[in-house]
Amino acid sequence: MYMFKYVMKRLGLMLLTFCVIMVMCFTLIKLLPIVVNVGADSDPLVVYKQLEARGYIQNVVQGANGTWSYDRVPIFIQLGYYLKRIFLMGDFGIATTYGEYLNQPVWDVFVEKLPPTILINLYSTLIGVPIGLGLGILAALKKNKWQDQVINVFIILLISVPAIVMGLIIQYFLCFKWGWFPLTMNSGYDYFTWDMFRSMLPPVLALCLGSIAGYARYTRAELSEVLTNEFMLLARTKGLTRGQATWRHAMRNSMVVIFPSILSEFISVLSGSLIIESMFSVPGVGRLYLNSIIFQDYDFFMLLSGFYTLVGLVAGIVVDISYGFIDPRIRMGAK
Amino acid sequence: MENAKNFNNIPKEKFQFAQKSDISHDKKLETKPVGYFQDAFRRFCKNKGAVVGGIVILFLLLFAIIGPFCTPYSVAYYDTTFSTIEPKNKLFENTNFWDGCREKQTGFTTYFEDYAIGLETGNPVIKNGEYTVSDDGVYTYRYDTYYGTGFGRYRTVTMEEYKDIQRYQDETGRQVIYPTVKLSDRPQAIQDKARANLYYKTKTVNGKTQPVVGEDGNPILNYWTYSAADGLPSSAAEYTSKMRIEGENGILKNGEQTFYVYGRVVSGGVELRTNYYEYYCYQHTQVLKDGIEEPYFLFGTTSFGKDIFTCLSSGARFSFLFAIAVAVVNLFVGAIYGSIAGYYGGKIDLIMERITDILGAVPTMIIITLLKLHMGSSSQALVLFIAFFMTGWIGMSATTRMQFYRFKNQEYVLAARTLGAKDRRLMFKHIFPNAIGTLVTSCALVIPSMIYSETNLSYLSIINLEAGNITSVGTMIAAGQRDMMIAPYVALFPSFFLALLMLSFNLFGNGLRDAFNPSLRGSEG
Repeated sequence: MYMFKYVMKRLGLMLLTFCVIMVMCFTLIKLLPIVVNVGADSDPLVVYKQLEARGYIQNVVQGANGTWSYDRVPIFIQLGYYLKRIFLMGDFGIATTYGEYLNQPVWDVFVEKLPPTILINLYSTLIGVPIGLGLGILAALKKNKWQDQVINVFIILLISVPAIVMGLIIQYFLCFKWGWFPLTMNSGYDYFTWDMFRSMLPPVLALCLGSIAGYARYTRAELSEVLTNEFMLLARTKGLTRGQATWRHAMRNSMVVIFPSILSEFISVLSGSLIIESMFSVPGVGRLYLNSIIFQDYDFFMLLSGFYTLVGLVAGIVVDISYGFIDPRIRMGAK
Repeated sequence: MENAKNFNNIPKEKFQFAQKSDISHDKKLETKPVGYFQDAFRRFCKNKGAVVGGIVILFLLLFAIIGPFCTPYSVAYYDTTFSTIEPKNKLFENTNFWDGCREKQTGFTTYFEDYAIGLETGNPVIKNGEYTVSDDGVYTYRYDTYYGTGFGRYRTVTMEEYKDIQRYQDETGRQVIYPTVKLSDRPQAIQDKARANLYYKTKTVNGKTQPVVGEDGNPILNYWTYSAADGLPSSAAEYTSKMRIEGENGILKNGEQTFYVYGRVVSGGVELRTNYYEYYCYQHTQVLKDGIEEPYFLFGTTSFGKDIFTCLSSGARFSFLFAIAVAVVNLFVGAIYGSIAGYYGGKIDLIMERITDILGAVPTMIIITLLKLHMGSSSQALVLFIAFFMTGWIGMSATTRMQFYRFKNQEYVLAARTLGAKDRRLMFKHIFPNAIGTLVTSCALVIPSMIYSETNLSYLSIINLEAGNITSVGTMIAAGQRDMMIAPYVALFPSFFLALLMLSFNLFGNGLRDAFNPSLRGSEG
């Protein structure tokens, strides 16, 4: 019951924060001048009427010399329309200026772009977690021996080299110089073919090297601290082998800290890495976001901003809550 | 009362000193007291990685400060002919490394062209004249990217410039203008008509121009000549410079002495064959007078012809200045905000915490985007500054707040309050100094993360810092990625700089954190 109350409180606060941020974003983006994208082959009247129908502008009038004039709908009324459409119809708007997806529902485009981003991050987590944990455990068990030193150097190198440089190194050597992988990710929707997997590997590698180092560092620090505890000595004296003691007692205790970090990383990878996505031309959400900025497409911008904000918030809250679930001794939010 | 009076009248002689040896003194400390910062510094010095990191940071800072002054080039400088020039260091000239050359594999036609340029100008395009030929006719050699610019296309200059170049030639003894080829003698293929490198006899095979090789393996000269008797052809420009191609005056054609034509009069001036390397030197020393004496690019040039060394050091300088400025502002605002929230606590703290919570939850990317869209016309650096400021101070304020919570209820604070210290004095004189260590550490860790985000943003071209005399490491990496296939070093230098910076700041920051953490004292062997 106590836990339930705490979770509810955190969720409520999160929702409040989310709403405030979204209203701020909406207001700020709507304060900008409206971009009216009248293509060469489209009728201005249709474009203006569409904008009017979406509730962005009103009183559209064509002047004598062919110029169009209109009034803007007050922002809070627009916000009302926007929320009404989302909650009553599940309609997140249509692309009004983003050339490639003009007049397409932004939600559909977003869902279509989500799989590459998620897959790449999923693979990177799947590769990164076992290797990272393994290295961390090894380093903690062999603390201050040469294995530990080597792993430490490896960790500090991988953590320090920025993703942008890591991506470049991988792209230059693996993709270009040695030709093991294609330079950029394949486009298309067959995500589970071998070819696609191969073209996904460079961005996956670029992403997971950093997280391997992160996990390894975390595991090493936690585990080596737990290993010095007295209950470890007790475990050995009651006859457990070193492996058993480490696995059953030390690992379980250090997981209290390690697991939430994996969880949070897993959630935050949903939003992906803009750098890696743009470097390897991954047809994912990142590119969508960058282009929505360039084209100033309101609905895309709002949807993706909401997505990124939500992912960040959820990752934070999940970490906090999971502490309490994993280790009943921890009473979150207790005085 | 009586007694008290009596006490007053006790004569002085009745008093005597207790034995002097009984007077107890505090033992004077033999060792010097070690202050908080002294102790931190001492323990920092023990951490070798951190010290090395600090030294590397100093080195990079020096590079950023001094670098832009060490080169004649500016960030705005570019020369499209000298594009993707390999890095060259004069110390390494005789090695196969850092010598301005690159491995080139090509067919005979291109090889012969490179060879012929070297032969005519005396500057070998093929390093040491060494090359290997494979069975299927692929020539492999080290191609000098500086001399390889050759003659490029025929250049049209004004008559004044033509004369000025001749004056320059006579003064310096460096030949810029080489004999021209008669219009009708130039290669047949349209794409090769304007190419000034082809001064030798060529033939056209399947629409492609191929050289005619002389018996000795050398090119056959195809210069435009005239005899002394005929005089200068009407469309040729007069050439009075003493610099002439060797052996010119000795050419005998049908028993008559012939001369080469150096310039062809066209509308708007004179059309010349200029050796670009020498023409570049002439341009920069005589016309532009910008301090550049000869093309010499320590880190090479980009595909746009910008000098990488200059751009990198300027970009680094901007990054450092920017990051330090943001860090200082963040530190200031964060410390004050955190102090207030932490000291007063209660309702004030709750409200202030909500504000930072909300501000902290907005992804930086969204803040920057919105700011950029709203401040489109103002400087991008300002946009970046505000964006980093808006998210950056939160961490600092959290650190300060934490320290305030830890120390505000301690006895010494209570003592100070009893003595009448005001709130402000308590906050900044008594409690705040406890937070300095952690703040310094977070400052040291915030600077690289700022540089990192700035690099990422300019790489994604969300922020475009490329304006005037400013450039950014991220923009350079983006450019380098585009040129990766032809010139990997364009990305190498900025990437290396960034990686080194991050690495050393990480080591340095970790060392600093450990040093400022007294609980670790003595634990590191």
